[in-house]
Amino acid sequence: MSDKQPAVTQATLVKKAAPKSDYKPADVSPQRRVQRTFAVRLWSIRHSRLLEWFYGRFADAFLLLHPLWKGIGYGRVEAPVKFVEKRVKGFMFDCRMCGQCVLSSTGMSCPMNCPKQLRNGPCGGVRANGNCEVEPDMPCVWVKAWEGSRNMVHGDKILTVQKPVDQSLRETSAWLRVTAQAAAAREAAQNPGASA
Amino acid sequence: MNARQRDENPAGIHLPLDPLPGHTSRGRLERVLRRGEFAVTTELNPPDSADPEDVYNRAKIFDGWVDAINAVDASGANCHMSSVGICALLTRMGYAPIMQIACRDKNRIAIQGDVLGGAAMGVANMLCLTGDGVQAGDQPGAKPVFDLDSMSLLETIRIMRDNGKFLSGRKLTTPPQVFLGCAVNPFAPPYDFRPIHLGKKIAAGAQFAQTQYCFDVPMFKAFMQKARDLGHTEKLFLLCGVGPLASAKTAKWIRSNVPGIHIPDAVIKRLEGAQDQKKEGKQLCIDIINEVKEIPGVAGIHVMAYRQEEYVAEIVDESGVLKGRQPWKREIRRDDQLVAKRLDHILHDEITETQVDMVKTAH
Repeated sequence: MSDKQPAVTQATLVKKAAPKSDYKPADVSPQRRVQRTFAVRLWSIRHSRLLEWFYGRFADAFLLLHPLWKGIGYGRVEAPVKFVEKRVKGFMFDCRMCGQCVLSSTGMSCPMNCPKQLRNGPCGGVRANGNCEVEPDMPCVWVKAWEGSRNMVHGDKILTVQKPVDQSLRETSAWLRVTAQAAAAREAAQNPGASA
Repeated sequence: MNARQRDENPAGIHLPLDPLPGHTSRGRLERVLRRGEFAVTTELNPPDSADPEDVYNRAKIFDGWVDAINAVDASGANCHMSSVGICALLTRMGYAPIMQIACRDKNRIAIQGDVLGGAAMGVANMLCLTGDGVQAGDQPGAKPVFDLDSMSLLETIRIMRDNGKFLSGRKLTTPPQVFLGCAVNPFAPPYDFRPIHLGKKIAAGAQFAQTQYCFDVPMFKAFMQKARDLGHTEKLFLLCGVGPLASAKTAKWIRSNVPGIHIPDAVIKRLEGAQDQKKEGKQLCIDIINEVKEIPGVAGIHVMAYRQEEYVAEIVDESGVLKGRQPWKREIRRDDQLVAKRLDHILHDEITETQVDMVKTAH
């Protein structure tokens, strides 16, 4: 970094040159604009241990229902499951429907709410008060993720390196995907050699 | 000894040419087109490697047959060496690359930076494309950017060149001098809008255009008629895209899998009926060139011979579009030849150059 900050930044110049309008939208990033207050999201992070326990049971239940999903057809149940998933996770975590949920590895703080959509930890610009550099009034998603992960039994999953987001999976059900994958893994474990 | 080639900077092949009045770039392609010569461009198949020799070897087979080489920007959304990288290598060797810029992978910040970088390396031609969707390529999980589209990209570079400014209005100390191109597909609906759409691209800054593969000459003629009526051909140099089809099977595959390429049944029938389909595909390409070159308003051809690059020279030669003209060719310069000769003498002839021996021979 340069030791002397310029008096006027380029961003300020651009902002000044922008056409004047009576309508000044709130917030900076589109991510932030589709969210409500953070109260529910922050509650979820505070109760990350409870949610972790609940999610574990919930995933087992979903896996138990695998024959049912398969019977009806995953394609057919997709729409209703997605409808519920989107609303429930949207309410609890401000879910973005990336389709590859990593909440259990990020302290129940959804990383897609980060304006840079970072999935592997905070950027270098977090403010001294723990707020986001892009959205000054929003607590940094990753500051909260670290706090949340410390409450969790498997909180150290935050240390695994996440793959880049597969954008082609957006707006799909992570619940169904995880269930189908777990069922496939279970089957492969039960009769090894069948897949080889 | 070679005389200096036309369109070559005597101070070095990698240097830009002298500016000419009315020209926006200092490149060879614009000179050829503005002189009214029938131009030939082609496409370099980008390597999946970090070896510069791969690029040089692929460019070498076009030597003396084309006026410019397209450096494609991850065509079909498949990952390859970047167009900026290919241009960096080609300009070093004096080739005239056409840097393709696709809007799929880069936002306006990256694109404007690449335009300056490319122009600084000596890239004189840039082709503005929207780009295929990421779903078409080998990495469908990538985030599609599409911050700009081909039209706004043309305008962005035109503003940088003519007004000397970034899109934000910030000043450039030296604007990029480039010849701007766009793509046009006369073979996809809405057919009646296509010529008007080209007019929009001209207004946005396009100076030359390369079309999609032409296999349907009557359709292309109808398009050119409309383009001429609208006065486009006076404002823009239109290069017709042509290329050999390897076989009837590939033609069928392309027709059903590659969006935007129109292959009439007659073409497939002709290929199927041939003994040697590959040879027939080449002959078909030459026949199309011979028809297309007579259409008024066609300023040149763009030969796309994907994985058949070795045929480009034959196609250009046999169709006779160059009319005896030889495009710029990479040759050993006179001073290089002198050095080579001297080096050969030093390396291979037995010469004694020790001080003692020299004293002996001096007496």
